[in-house]
Amino acid sequence: MPKIVLLATDVALLVLLAGLAAYVWHVRRTPGLRATWRSVLRDAPAMSALVLLSVCLLIALLDSLHFRPLLPQAAGAANDAAAAYSTRSYSVLDQLLKRQLEGTEKTYSAPLAYRQFTKDSIEIDGRAARDYPRLVHGGAHLTDPERQWLADLVLRSAAGLAGGLLAGLSMALAVVALRARMLREDFSAAWRAVWRRETEVQWRAILFTAILLLGAFGWIAALWSVYHVLGTDRTGNDVLFQAIKSLRTAVVIGSLATLATLPFAIVFGILAGYFKGWVDDLIQYLYTVLSSIPSVLLIAACVLIIQVTIDKYPNLYETGLERADLRLLLLCVVLGVTGWATLCRLLRAETLKLTELDYVQAARAFGVSDLGIMQRHVLPNVMHVVLIVAVLDFSSLVLYEAVLSYVGVGVDPTTPSYGSMFNLARTEMSRDPTVWWNLVAAFGFMLTLVLSANLFAGAVREAFDPRARAFRPRRDQRQPGGARRHGSRETAIAPAGGAP
Amino acid sequence: MLSYILRRALYGVLILIGVNLFTFVLFFTVNTPDDMARLNIGGKRVTQEAIEKWKVERGYDKPLLYNARDDGLRALSNTIFFERSVQLFALRFGASDSGRDIGYEIRQRIGPSLAVALPTFALGVMATVCAALLMVFFRATYLDFWGVTLAVVMMSISSLFYIIVGQWTFSTLLRLVPISGFAGGWDLFKFLALPVVIGVVARLGYDALLYRTMFLEESGKDYVRTARAKGLSEQAVLFRHVLRNAALPILTSTVAVLPLLFLGSLIMESFFGIPGLGSYTIDAINAQDFAVVRAMVFLGSALYIVGLVLTDISYTVADPRIRLA
Repeated sequence: MPKIVLLATDVALLVLLAGLAAYVWHVRRTPGLRATWRSVLRDAPAMSALVLLSVCLLIALLDSLHFRPLLPQAAGAANDAAAAYSTRSYSVLDQLLKRQLEGTEKTYSAPLAYRQFTKDSIEIDGRAARDYPRLVHGGAHLTDPERQWLADLVLRSAAGLAGGLLAGLSMALAVVALRARMLREDFSAAWRAVWRRETEVQWRAILFTAILLLGAFGWIAALWSVYHVLGTDRTGNDVLFQAIKSLRTAVVIGSLATLATLPFAIVFGILAGYFKGWVDDLIQYLYTVLSSIPSVLLIAACVLIIQVTIDKYPNLYETGLERADLRLLLLCVVLGVTGWATLCRLLRAETLKLTELDYVQAARAFGVSDLGIMQRHVLPNVMHVVLIVAVLDFSSLVLYEAVLSYVGVGVDPTTPSYGSMFNLARTEMSRDPTVWWNLVAAFGFMLTLVLSANLFAGAVREAFDPRARAFRPRRDQRQPGGARRHGSRETAIAPAGGAP
Repeated sequence: MLSYILRRALYGVLILIGVNLFTFVLFFTVNTPDDMARLNIGGKRVTQEAIEKWKVERGYDKPLLYNARDDGLRALSNTIFFERSVQLFALRFGASDSGRDIGYEIRQRIGPSLAVALPTFALGVMATVCAALLMVFFRATYLDFWGVTLAVVMMSISSLFYIIVGQWTFSTLLRLVPISGFAGGWDLFKFLALPVVIGVVARLGYDALLYRTMFLEESGKDYVRTARAKGLSEQAVLFRHVLRNAALPILTSTVAVLPLLFLGSLIMESFFGIPGLGSYTIDAINAQDFAVVRAMVFLGSALYIVGLVLTDISYTVADPRIRLA
C-alpha cells in the first residue's frame, strides 16, 4: 500500500474543484443563473474551449494525486520490519506515463529521432569514433533505422490517428444516441438537430473538438510509446512529458492566485461601498498604495522574502517536492495579496450603485442588520462582476507566470513550468543547428490553455455583462433558433442571483 | 483647479509615505538584516561574525527605529529607518548592497530606458488606434470577425515567445539587426528597431480589443445616430465624431502610464541587453540586492502617483465638461 502524500497545492486544487462542483449544483437550482449560463453553453467557441479546459483540468488533477510507493523489502530485513517508502513522490500521472518519466536519454534529441542530436564518442566495430549515437529509448525497436524509420512512423501515425478518430466518432454517436433516447426522438432527428446547431447546448462544437482531440491523443499515444514525440531536452528528459507536467503549474497558478484575491477584494470592496465615509477612505488608500508599487517589483520583493523564510524553517517540508510545492503555494498567495486592487475597485463601484437601490433602502428600513444586507442583498448581486474578473484573470496569470519565472521570482527551478521552458529555449534558439522543440512545445501548450481560457472568458463576460454583448463581431446571424436566443437574453439582463 | 491639484498632490505624498512604511516593514522587520546577510553571503554555515561584518560594511548594524546610544535628534536620525527610508523622499537612494551609488546608476540608465520605452509607447498607441478604427469601420463584416479572432490569438501568446522568435528570425536567421546591445549615434536605430517592433506587436492584440470596445461604445451613442441621420458619411462620423470623443479615455489612460515609461521594460531590456533601469532591476533581483529593489519600488510608486495627478489634470484640459472643484 503506497503512502499517500498530500501536498498543499493538491489540497487547494481539490478544494477548488469541490467548490466548482458546488457552484454548478447551485447554478442548476437557481433559475436566473441557469438562464445566463445557458447562453454560454450555446456559444460554439466557448464550448470547444470548455472541452480543452476540462482536459487540462483533468491532467492537472491526475498530476495532483501524489503518493510515495512502497519499496520492496530488503533481502536481509526482518519480516516485521517497518515498511520503507520511496523518498520520491510520484503522481498518478507519473505512474500512467512511467515510460516517459523514466525513459530519459543522455542529452538533446530531435522530435521522433532515433539518434542523438549531438555527436559523442562511441564504439563502431571495436574502434572508437565520433558519431551520433543511437538513443536508448527513442526508436530503440528499429533494427535497421535508416530504412525502417519512415515506414514505421507512417504506419504508427495512421494506426494511432485512425484509432483515435474512430474512438471519437463512436463517442459522438453514443452521445447523440443517448440524447435521442432521453428526448424520445429517433436517432436521425437527434443527429440532424446536433448537426444544424439546433440544440440547447452546442453539441456540434463539443463533439467536433472531442473527435479532433481524441484523434490527436491516438496519434501521440501510438508514437509516444517508442519515440520522443517532441524530442528531449538538455538533460535528456522527454519534452512532451515536461510540457504536460507544466500544465499543472499553470492551472494551479491561474486558479489559486485568482482565488486568493477574492477574499480581500470582496470583503474590502463591499465594506468600502457599503459604509462609505472613513472606511471607504481607508480602503481606497490601501489599494492605491498597493497598486502604486510596480507589480513585478512587489512580487519580487515578496518572493525574495519567502525564499528567506523557507530557508530559515527547513522543517516545514520533508522532501524537495514539498519545498517546491510550498513555494508554489506561497507564490499564489503573494499574487493574490498583491493583486486584489482592480477587483476591489470594481466591487466598490458596484456596491455604491446597489446601496442606492430601493430594495436595499427597504431592507434598511425594515431593520435588517448591516451584515445581513451585505450578505443577502449586496453580495449575490455583485457576484457576476467577481465571476467575470476571475475568469479573465486566469489567462493573464498563466501568461504572467512565464514572465515571473524569467525574472527569477517565479516557481521553484525544479517545478516544471512554461516559464522555465521559455527560459531554456532562449539559449537553445541561439545554438546552431537550432534546438526549437522546447520552445514549440511550451508555445503550443500555453497557447492552447490561454486561448481556450480567453474564449471561455469572453463568452462568460458576454453572458453576465449585458453591455459586452454589443461588441461581438456579428457573423453568425443566420443562427437558427433566433427567437429562443432573444428570449434568454431578456432573462440574462436581470441581475444574477435571486435577491431583489 | 489649483487647490484641487494641490490636494491630489498631498494625497500622493500620503500614499508615498504608506509605500515607504510598507516596504520598510517588508524589508526590515518581516525579514531582518541578519536574514539578508545570510542570503547574500550564501552557503550553509554562516558565522555570526561574517553576518556582523556584512552588516557593518553596509550600514545595516544600526537599530531600526531608535538609537539609544545617541542623544537629541541623532537618536532618531542615526537609525536604519531614517537612513534607508526617510532619505528616499529627498531622492537620496544611498549605496546598493554591492557598494555602488544607486542614484548615479539611475541617472545613467534612465536614458537608454526611455530610448526604448518612448518609441514603443508612441508607435504602440498609433498602431493600436489604427487597428481598432479599422475593425470598427468594417464592423459586422468578415474583416471585423477575423480581426477580433486574430487579436484574441495574439493576446494569448506569451510576450517571451514574441521576443525569442523575433530575435531568432531577424537576428539569427536574416541577420538584419544585431541580436542585442546598445550604442549611441546612428547605430541606436539598428539596436532599437527590433525591441520597439516586438514591444508594439506584443501588446497589439489586447489593446486593439480594448480600444475597439471603446470606439463601439461611443458609436452606439445618440449623437452618432444624429450624425448619421443628417447624412454624414461613415468616414466623417467615425473620424470627426467617434474618434474625437473616444480619444478622451485613451488620452487619459496614456497619460497615466507616461511617467512609468521611465522605469523601462524589465523583459525587453534584459533580452536585448539594453543598459536601462529594467535590466538594472532584474540584475538586482537576481543578485538579491534589497537596497536596489527598495529604491526602485519607491521610484516606481512615485512615478505612478505623478501619473495619477497628470491624469486628473489632463481630464480637465481635454474635456470641457469636467470641472474639478
